[in-house]
Amino acid sequence: MSGTEKKVEAPLVQAHDLAKTFDVSPPWLNRVLERKPRLLLKAVDGVSFEIEKGKTLALVGESGCGKSTVARLLVGLYEPTRGGLNFDGQDAHAVFKTPAGRQLRSRIQMIFQDPYASLNPRWTIEDIIAEPLREHGILEGGAALKERVGELLKSVGLSPLDMAKYPHQFSGGQRQRISIARALATEPEFLVCDEPTSALDVSVQAQVLNIMKDLQRTRGLTYLFISHNLAVVRHVSDQVGVMYLGRLVELADKHSLFDRPRHPYTRMLLDAIPKMHDTGRARTPVSGEVPNPLNPPGGCTFHPRCPHADARCRSERPEFLQFEGVRVACHAVEEGRI
Amino acid sequence: MSLLQIKNLVVEFPGRRGTLRALDDISIDIAPGEILGVVGESGAGKSLTGAAIIGLLEPPGRVAGGQILLEGERIDNLPHERMRHIRGRKIGAIFQDPLTSLNPLYTIGRQLVETIQAHLPVTAQEARLRAIELLNDTGIPAAAQRIDHYPHQFSGGMRQRVVIALALAAEPKLIVADEPTTALDVSIQAQIITLLKNICRQRGAAVMLITHDMGVIAETCDRVAVMYAGRIAEIGPVHQVINHPSHPYTAGLMAAIPDITVERERLYQIDGAMPRLNAIPQGCAFNPRCPKAFDRCRQDRPDLMPAGATRAACWLHDAHAGVAA
Repeated sequence: MSGTEKKVEAPLVQAHDLAKTFDVSPPWLNRVLERKPRLLLKAVDGVSFEIEKGKTLALVGESGCGKSTVARLLVGLYEPTRGGLNFDGQDAHAVFKTPAGRQLRSRIQMIFQDPYASLNPRWTIEDIIAEPLREHGILEGGAALKERVGELLKSVGLSPLDMAKYPHQFSGGQRQRISIARALATEPEFLVCDEPTSALDVSVQAQVLNIMKDLQRTRGLTYLFISHNLAVVRHVSDQVGVMYLGRLVELADKHSLFDRPRHPYTRMLLDAIPKMHDTGRARTPVSGEVPNPLNPPGGCTFHPRCPHADARCRSERPEFLQFEGVRVACHAVEEGRI
Repeated sequence: MSLLQIKNLVVEFPGRRGTLRALDDISIDIAPGEILGVVGESGAGKSLTGAAIIGLLEPPGRVAGGQILLEGERIDNLPHERMRHIRGRKIGAIFQDPLTSLNPLYTIGRQLVETIQAHLPVTAQEARLRAIELLNDTGIPAAAQRIDHYPHQFSGGMRQRVVIALALAAEPKLIVADEPTTALDVSIQAQIITLLKNICRQRGAAVMLITHDMGVIAETCDRVAVMYAGRIAEIGPVHQVINHPSHPYTAGLMAAIPDITVERERLYQIDGAMPRLNAIPQGCAFNPRCPKAFDRCRQDRPDLMPAGATRAACWLHDAHAGVAA
């Protein structure tokens, strides 16, 4: 954010202390007979962030860090265990349960990772894109509906003639554009994109990312963009949140995060990226792996892999604190050790 | 002498509606101990090239022309039994998904011992010791205990280490690694790539590294071949190909990759998509998407020709025509 225009209005999306716990206990009989304990998996454990209208927040992290669970919480596919989402001044999860929830859902849409799995292979493209329009009662049918589907297809760089075709007749990149057209059908303000380009080849990824940026500019869309690819994140985002084992460890605007990463995990992720034009340069391989989320380490969950960990890190969980406009959860940063 | 020579390899898939040519006139040499990268988008034919080398083309795919020579001997026309002996002993293979390359019903020790004994004349006891040593070398902690564990007890990164140990079990001269890190997180990917590079250098094994990730190629390989629509578009030293690409496709591909160090408002995009095998355009397969295409590109198919420090299949570099690139 450049700060050229100061807005007093509240951020469009505010997640506060969002948490989701899954019960992965063995069946009742096994628990009784084999004395197995109940098992709770804290997929997301207290995540807070804001996204201003027209901006993009990217969430990054390794598999199993809870990025996709956050996405599903935001669109209301999961009910949060704790905390909630404030969307445009309303408590979204409370509204989702009321009749007005339909209208709210049409303002928040999602794009999924796998364009091969997220489009019904037995439906024509027209049916797929028209479904949200019919479902939300925006257009009932007939010529107006057809025309709208055609417009949506054009807005993502496809031809209105494509609406009679089936998903298998399209390539991966084209299918992802169809997913985007479907998500745009209800004219949402907020799009949750869960790894939208991870399944695509780089040349096609560039096409899809360019379209997403153009649409943001012309329609003032707000994005939550989930990705494990930091180079893509740098390209699309305004703010970046780094997640590790269900928690945010660093939340900063793009420039500070890439130019001056604070959290040791963020630094590690940035170091782990192969540098393209520096051929033959070996990366600093990071030791260790993400621990089992069912049994996370005490204190700071990153301490077993962290080069700066000390006794405090092993025993006390760091708070998510503000440092010079950047929020970081790290004792070493707080104490000024790194 | 080259360790592996692929000469004008053609792979075809006969079908009811005609024969599809999936690999068309591929020629690659790999020197002993060299790491050669093969990049390209999905469907470019990079995995097929690997499968053809190890003799595991899925029927009805078949080698329809050309030769594959390992240490000067043809291996593309060997009977199944002979090829089975070369696979594992002389050519090791690493695939993308470490879970499907390991048998879930056997401990990893049993799988390693079986592989070692199939190729080397050692007793079960010796094979087990060797297996522990291999696991140690691939960075598996407490290898002596872990050897009796089943694949599901390992994480993705650890499983890929086991697969590397398995591929190296009989000390092959060549490793064909097909997307070995695609299923892994970036921090684990860095570990596995470093391991693969170091362990192959130590043992003098050559590697053919197939991937769609230019970053992995940049840090690992000596040379790289860029594939497009079943042909090699450009081949040369990795530094040259990445920093001074000669083929417009390579240049477009490099520009389309978001760079972590540079900020750009829009990414360069190559419009359109790679043609399907049954609709490869006349002339250069890339001509409909190429910003520099001219008449000749639409008529004649270019072969690899010298282009600066690399070789590219592009008429822009035809010395006789005198067209400046």
